[in-house]
Amino acid sequence: MTLLLVALGGAAGAVLRYGIDRGVRRGHGSAFPWGTFTVNVVGSFLIALLAGGAALFDGFGSSGLRTLLVVGLCGALTTFSTFGQDAVRLYASGARSHAVRYVSGTVLGGVAAAGLGLGTVALFAQL
Amino acid sequence: MPNALVPHRSRVLAAVALGGALGSSLRYGVSLALPHADGGAVWPTLTVNVLGCLVIGVFTVFLEAAEPHHLLRPFFGVGVLGGFTTFSSYLADAGGLLATGQPFYAALYLLLTVLLALPAVICGAMLARMVVARSRRSGPGASPDNAHDTAPETTPGTES
Repeated sequence: MTLLLVALGGAAGAVLRYGIDRGVRRGHGSAFPWGTFTVNVVGSFLIALLAGGAALFDGFGSSGLRTLLVVGLCGALTTFSTFGQDAVRLYASGARSHAVRYVSGTVLGGVAAAGLGLGTVALFAQL
Repeated sequence: MPNALVPHRSRVLAAVALGGALGSSLRYGVSLALPHADGGAVWPTLTVNVLGCLVIGVFTVFLEAAEPHHLLRPFFGVGVLGGFTTFSSYLADAGGLLATGQPFYAALYLLLTVLLALPAVICGAMLARMVVARSRRSGPGASPDNAHDTAPETTPGTES
């Protein structure tokens, strides 16, 4: 049952990532991987929101909904393989400063988005 | 033709979804198989991310070398590898270390994953290029032109 929830969330997350990446690419058209950057930052915000929610609501941390959304959806919405591949491709193509900016920007952007997610939960907890 | 019944975009989306389900399930399997201590469950995520980066390095070279089916990249690259590796759990793991009062390990983990995963992409690509070059030299399609490029130890006749 748990595996089914992971697979279901994973399928949805991967399709969402593909759709967002296509959409962002169409809007930008630059060599800089904005699509993957976007899904990774959005996924980091979402997982922090869910982690904060788990701390607020009893039972969510061990629920099937958490498995579906955190392990499945967020796990597959974000990616490390394409992130690594794009970083290496940028570096190898000579755009070394772009590669360094892409890696540090994604990690710092993800950390900031996660902080924003936790902050959002804290704000709602006070209401 | 059966292919005409299903639009191209739907087939690509189905391949991505199927790959994503498979990759996520594999990631979940790794998380169950690897021991993870309380508060510091970083090993499963570190493992999938480095392993996934190694495999995408290999996969990208084979995509360039061969002419694969047009659904292979959506299925395996976007779906399986994208679903297998994860950026959100990478940050969530670091957040877990931070929450349990280990900011040094949180920073170390963030840095270590990048320092292992990016070279893994390069290692995978180098390995795949070696295999591709070798198979081109000894494969059935080897042309006389290629014989001039071969290293002495792989000159036809010396291997068998």
